[in-house]
Amino acid sequence: MAMIAFTFITVYCIANDGGFDSTINAGLKIPKGFVAIKAADNIGEARHIAISGNGIFYVKSLKAINGKGTFVLKDVDGSGKLTVVNSFDKQGGTGVAIKNGYLYTSSNNDVFRYKLNSSNEVINPNAPEKIIKGLINRGEHNSKSIVLDNDGNIYVNIGAYSNSCQEQDRVKWSKGMKPCPILDSAGGIWQFKADKLNQTYGDGIRYATGLRNIVGLDWNQQTNSLFVMQHGRDQLYQNWPEYFDEHDGAELPSECLYELHNGSNGGWPYIYYNHLLHKKMLAPEYGGDGKIEGGKEYQDPVIAFPGHLAPNALLFYTGNQFPEKYKNGAFIAFHGSWNRAPLPQAGYFVVFVPFKNGKPTGEWEIFANGFSGKEVVTSTRSAEHRPCGLAQSPDGSLYITDDSKGTIYKISYTGK
Amino acid sequence: MTARELFTRLAIPANSIYKEKNNYFMKKITLITALLSLGFLYIIAQTQKPTKKTIDTPAASIERGQVVYQKECLSCHQADGGGVPHMNPPLVGSTNVLKDKKKIIGIVLNGMTDRIPLDDEYYSNNMASHSYLTNQQIADVLSYIRNRFGNKADVVTIAEVKAVRTPVKKSK
Repeated sequence: MAMIAFTFITVYCIANDGGFDSTINAGLKIPKGFVAIKAADNIGEARHIAISGNGIFYVKSLKAINGKGTFVLKDVDGSGKLTVVNSFDKQGGTGVAIKNGYLYTSSNNDVFRYKLNSSNEVINPNAPEKIIKGLINRGEHNSKSIVLDNDGNIYVNIGAYSNSCQEQDRVKWSKGMKPCPILDSAGGIWQFKADKLNQTYGDGIRYATGLRNIVGLDWNQQTNSLFVMQHGRDQLYQNWPEYFDEHDGAELPSECLYELHNGSNGGWPYIYYNHLLHKKMLAPEYGGDGKIEGGKEYQDPVIAFPGHLAPNALLFYTGNQFPEKYKNGAFIAFHGSWNRAPLPQAGYFVVFVPFKNGKPTGEWEIFANGFSGKEVVTSTRSAEHRPCGLAQSPDGSLYITDDSKGTIYKISYTGK
Repeated sequence: MTARELFTRLAIPANSIYKEKNNYFMKKITLITALLSLGFLYIIAQTQKPTKKTIDTPAASIERGQVVYQKECLSCHQADGGGVPHMNPPLVGSTNVLKDKKKIIGIVLNGMTDRIPLDDEYYSNNMASHSYLTNQQIADVLSYIRNRFGNKADVVTIAEVKAVRTPVKKSK
């Protein structure tokens, strides 16, 4: 019987292998009526992307290439293909944003701004103003993703340099520290002034805490509030096998979308979210066993996704090009997992979450799939492309960056 | 098709709904498999007469190492030893894995939290100490990773692991 089941699964996998045709829609599987192209290739390890109102693309590379960490691209001939027209910024990093005549970029330690001219070009690429400095960077979760509100503030993710605030990071059965000392300077979102130079911890406020690592975040113009996607903790199965089997470890904890306000607390490292039970659970490092619920005082997510998908970008769609259902809904770029092993990896797609009155309706769907080039990814490195950044162009097209091969995808709606 | 259905289709073996629905079925399969395995073991035990003590070979050590790898290493270093870009270093072609045996034995015993480039690339995740493994398990798993994923190097012996775990005191 086991053999029959196994054969069935094998046949199913083989039958579905190669389900993505690389010659159609740049190898992506997208809804009917949409078209996808590769607008650019080999743009470093392309992390986040910002597009100006007149169509200038700023792409932040994880590593600086020949001393340049930000790339400027334009569609010079109207073909849809983007050409690199300039590069600057000495350091690599993740964050890039445009607001009120300035370009903002972040390294893994600092945040800079550059004044733009009336054509949205950087006036002096060699002389950035350092607005925030000295943020904690211990390697783990060091992306300083950024977003700005409409009141002159900039929000910066400072990820926790730990998996679950154990006495010994990632060590089997190591207990959690209580209180977790990391939360003083990391594991949250800090708010700073967008126009003040040389700020550091004392100049900003810890806007929200208990958030392990936020790479994808966006300001929702409809609700005028900050939304963030958390990367949930790893290794429930590997470090606590007496409470979690490999299926639990792959599926949990949930990847959570939170709406944040000043003082919000997501509860990391004390709790994790279980989207199958719709409950906050006590983390095993703090006495949990997969069944005991966690503190009620922590914020609930507005929607939660299966574990380890690695949400690296969040974008509220405000354009008019896509059909009505997409308006004010959220796109999320899932970079793809590693901690679902020994089971197959998942993610490597862009999800759409419909919103109504500033809240998710509860449904979600895979909008663009096939970035990995494989039906089943068994090893993270084997994924060909990994979606990492999202931006909307002035005409309402959706752009997706890939930090594996440096591809930039453009998805447009034609209705055909 | 709802999102959940899409996801179920995408990751059937990983999906908990699938798991819950089939738990009873799976338990039965496990029981049957266990009974069959016991039967096989019994037959093998009957046919294999004790002749002479088996000599341990490098091939046997590598084979045992695979079991240790799957339990202790695979989740971070992945099924193909490729690691995870920028997070967990690859074992494929790794200088640390292939060159100095003392160094790699030390990394397994003590873990690694240094932020230093490995083959010109930085990796962000801490590696935990695996000192709870026996000298035999460490020798086996290192022999395995030095001879899989396209790697080729001599095996690691129990004595070599022992020498790193308990450095010999100099006699006066």
